[in-house]
Amino acid sequence: MSLSREDLEQVMKLFEQSSFSELKLETGDLKLHLRKAGASSAAVAAPVAHEPVVLAPPVPAASALPPLDAGETDVLSPLLGVFYRAPKPGEPPFVEVGQAVEETTIIGIVEVMKLMNSARAGVKGTVVAIHVPNGEMVEYEQPLIRVRAAG
Amino acid sequence: MAIGRILVANRGEIALRVIRTCERLGIETVLAASKADLGSLPARRATRTLCIGPAQAAQSYLSAPTIVQAALGSGCDAIHPGYGFLSERAELARLCETEGVIFIGPTSGQIEAVGDKLRARTEALAAGVPVVPGGPAATRAEAVQLGREMGAPLLVKAVGGGGGRGMKRVDDLAHLEEVLELASAEAAAAFGDDRVYLERFVGRGRHVELQVLGDGAGRVIHLGERDCSVQRRYQKLIEETPAPELPESLRDELREAGARFAEHLAYRGAGTVEFLVDVDRNKFYFLEMNARIQVEHPVTEEVCGIDLVEQQIAIASGQGLTLSQADVRLNGAAIECRINAEDPSRDFAPSPGVVRQAVWPGGEGIRVDTHIGSGSMVPPFYDSLMAKIIAHGSTRAEALARLRQALDDTRIVGVATNLAFHRRVLADPEFAAGGVDTAYLARLAARDPALLEA
Repeated sequence: MSLSREDLEQVMKLFEQSSFSELKLETGDLKLHLRKAGASSAAVAAPVAHEPVVLAPPVPAASALPPLDAGETDVLSPLLGVFYRAPKPGEPPFVEVGQAVEETTIIGIVEVMKLMNSARAGVKGTVVAIHVPNGEMVEYEQPLIRVRAAG
Repeated sequence: MAIGRILVANRGEIALRVIRTCERLGIETVLAASKADLGSLPARRATRTLCIGPAQAAQSYLSAPTIVQAALGSGCDAIHPGYGFLSERAELARLCETEGVIFIGPTSGQIEAVGDKLRARTEALAAGVPVVPGGPAATRAEAVQLGREMGAPLLVKAVGGGGGRGMKRVDDLAHLEEVLELASAEAAAAFGDDRVYLERFVGRGRHVELQVLGDGAGRVIHLGERDCSVQRRYQKLIEETPAPELPESLRDELREAGARFAEHLAYRGAGTVEFLVDVDRNKFYFLEMNARIQVEHPVTEEVCGIDLVEQQIAIASGQGLTLSQADVRLNGAAIECRINAEDPSRDFAPSPGVVRQAVWPGGEGIRVDTHIGSGSMVPPFYDSLMAKIIAHGSTRAEALARLRQALDDTRIVGVATNLAFHRRVLADPEFAAGGVDTAYLARLAARDPALLEA
């Protein structure tokens, strides 16, 4: 028996409305582990290979992003480090949703042990989403923002 | 301080090996992986995997700031560096010290003390540990004078070299000056350090090393020696413990000397003191100390039943040495073969690719440390070690018989390996007799030309 994406969404919805705080479901090669944290609920689904997958309390870095529409590009982090949206605390962010960017526009800073590296858009267009909150650690090539290409 | 989460700053079989022990101890792991290793077994097995950079090691596994940033950002208490990469770079240990992250290994000062060969030699002399006759060659005149005193043949070695790199043999003292000049220039280009030193050339030498554990406060125990004399171009291929056919008095003295060296440094963690055994003179000389877990550590674990990674973690967390020398019982013998993805028909060039099928052996006394399964990738960016097959037995003969059977039970499809090479060596009567020297493989190849093309 295998579950489709719709089935999974249904399970998650039912779980959310239920009075249970945790749900573990194993079927075929799928292992689903849902846990409510306080009022909100967190969901993690992981495919099982040969070995049991331990679900970690650390936040999974690559949380699923909506699929790219035609003409959209995700700007990827050039390094692992801490992502900053503004040049300094309290200052306005480098870019906001709706803003136009050039290839060379700085969209944020990635700090590696006090060394600041600027991240550039690399594409000309309009910012349509900011994927990473200020001050969060990002992995190498983790999507930072989304840009809809001009033209 | 109790360690609850460890950043594993390595890849391949050693990353998986460290993760396994952490799982057993209930410690979470964060694997720092390059983009090329995100699909690897250790990446799937770790509690969490972080992509730290591109495939090129210089921008991933060799970037100390990135590793420490990854540890801080993922809430790790400690970093396990494995072997190779940053394991013996004082830079990483120092950065950990300033950032308050536990480095599972020696202090940065100890890494520096043993990383510089000349300094290590001085420390050995201070500890009363014999060194190979020779000395620094600071000026040309000094070197020539020393060379005359020592006599030929001798070796000119680069201070920054190691593993057979940066080393030249002088058979005739008339050529000493020109070799010195050449060696110095090459050392400057290869290691950024033009210092060279002279060393007695040992005709028949065995590579015997001592596994030690130190609490960092001057107490040291040893877990017996390993013989790693089966080498091809200074790359170890087969290792075993105990060192076979070694005079017992020499073995005892070597164990004492190795422990004394580590005590002298108040060494912290797991380390290996390497010696050259001069077969003809029945002497041993200190070569260097490796301030990390070694590739070949499993043979030691098999005979003493002690998990070295667990001991490393315990020492790093401040528990000190939980064992005394009397607790260490060496039981039987163990032999290890390093299975590499390399092509014997192309002079053992690395043979990366997809492993279509991997069948590893099992059975009594057999241990396989590997990160390779069917469908695994051997990326072209890193060393070609695929697995270590280790056999333990109550005697060396039993271990050897089990290892032969284990190699026959092993099947790798998709990449070329040195499996056939290992089978030939294990079938050779000279190896079976035990106690071969480091020139053994070259001798065997001369006798059996097919050996290096198998």
